[in-house]
Amino acid sequence: MKILVCISNVPDTTTKVKFTDGDTKLDTAGIQWVINPWDELSLTRALEIKDDASSGVKSVTVAHVGPVTTEPTIRKALAIGADSAIRVNAEPSDAYFVAAQLAEVVKQEQFDIIMCGIESSDYNGSMVGSMLAEMLNIPSISAVSNLKVENEKPIVTREIDGGKEVVSTSTPFVAIVQKGIAKEPRIAAMRGIMMARSKPIKLYEPVAVDALTSYKKFELPEARPACKFVDAENAKDLIALLQSETKLI
Amino acid sequence: MSVLVYTENWDGKFKKVSFELISYASKVAEMLNTDVAALSIGNVANDELQKLGGYGASKILSVENDNAKVFDAQNYTGIIAQVAEKIGAKVIIIANNNTGKAVAPRLSVKLKAALGASVSKLPLSVSPFTIYKRSFSGSAFSDVELKTDIKIITLTQNSFELIETANNATIEKVDINVDAPKTEVIDVQKQTGKLLLTDAEIVVSGGRGMKSPDNWGPLVELAEVLGGATACSRPVSDEGWRSHEEHTGQTGKIIAPNLYIAVGISGATQHIAGVSGSKYIVAINNDKSAPIFEVAQYGIVGDAQKILPQLVEAAKQVKGK
Repeated sequence: MKILVCISNVPDTTTKVKFTDGDTKLDTAGIQWVINPWDELSLTRALEIKDDASSGVKSVTVAHVGPVTTEPTIRKALAIGADSAIRVNAEPSDAYFVAAQLAEVVKQEQFDIIMCGIESSDYNGSMVGSMLAEMLNIPSISAVSNLKVENEKPIVTREIDGGKEVVSTSTPFVAIVQKGIAKEPRIAAMRGIMMARSKPIKLYEPVAVDALTSYKKFELPEARPACKFVDAENAKDLIALLQSETKLI
Repeated sequence: MSVLVYTENWDGKFKKVSFELISYASKVAEMLNTDVAALSIGNVANDELQKLGGYGASKILSVENDNAKVFDAQNYTGIIAQVAEKIGAKVIIIANNNTGKAVAPRLSVKLKAALGASVSKLPLSVSPFTIYKRSFSGSAFSDVELKTDIKIITLTQNSFELIETANNATIEKVDINVDAPKTEVIDVQKQTGKLLLTDAEIVVSGGRGMKSPDNWGPLVELAEVLGGATACSRPVSDEGWRSHEEHTGQTGKIIAPNLYIAVGISGATQHIAGVSGSKYIVAINNDKSAPIFEVAQYGIVGDAQKILPQLVEAAKQVKGK
């Protein structure tokens, strides 16, 4: 059984974003790029599953759509423990474009479980995993907070309003994962970093697909008004203030 | 052409979010000079369906099918796509919740319709069709053009006011062929009757500054008195002081209540990412240089354990409890 983990390359989540070219492009100067947090957790869980011999999972591959400059992020995934990687050599223009590239990869390589993070921390689309599943005409399970594989049979826990459901589905399928899938991201050890250098990154050239959306302009959120402080000794006044000014209490 | 809204139901009932969607769709329909049709999947009584008319839906399409009893994203996508094609929908509006996130992207592929996700405002223009959405986990917003003939929008919960209108909606039962679901539910663990964090208009949330899981009493009480829900920061759920369902922040739940009261939360970027959509943020923290005060409109610098009981007392008086 083979698992594919789709990874996205995003600005470190503490980045103070800035824009350039008349606020039409992200200013990438000084940005530290990392594996999208949910994708990193996906990868961690995929490796945990592979480590358990009874799962029947034999390999974990990562796939990424991005130009050659994103290779350090792929190497990091290999250092964490992925067996191999695939890079589609293209500038990702929108989620539809990215999903179409990944769909081509899955058609060529065949995987049983495809894991995608629920969203990327940059464009917050929550789209690629489900789009990929629709393009492949296979099931997708969203809001996945746990994934187990026992003798090649996946058991999935998904979050629903007010609780969770344990479900099963046929393979191949796409698991769109969120919080809970793994506790802490696995960190690359020195040995992993050394080994990653010789692991293969297979290169795909992109298929021609038109993006359905285009980002026209970015803006920073409006500054909130300065904080009004209430004295700790008179904390009760806060409630009166909220009542009179926000009308919410 | 028409604006189609998928209104999910919860055990046969709609919620405020359902009416927010219809209210929003009515405004979009106004911009396009067309009308709103609502789609309901599952068993919902006619008087409940009729409620959607009260916010501007002129037609309510109800699909009841045994194969739709289990939520299977592929199946639900198929149903919405068939209904959209049947009525010639040009804009499809869905909630940006678990269901919406699972269905909308699939629908985008099926109908080759551009998707604008986590939208919190009306479209900036309809020609070209440009939406305004959250980006970079709330540290920026962006104008995005949806370039296809059919467009899909997922609307952030609690981001749009309800607009009531005269109710003259027609209800139509629609027969649709639905395949057997490929998702099989083995077990369900569900709490009923509890206010969901994502539905709450007031949220009281605790961080590491609460010092111990034993100190949560007055925080929970404050939430109860105010009719709100409780939440927590990531370290608190990681430590097991509170359940993971309460974790708000970038990797936890992203919420947009009217009032968010952060107690003992310093306000790391990742936490703010989950709550920056809140209309008002109140911070209570003993460190006056904590970054939470930069995003809060109201603040108290001091010891949460001394402040919370005072707030509970004052809230009880105001609420007459």
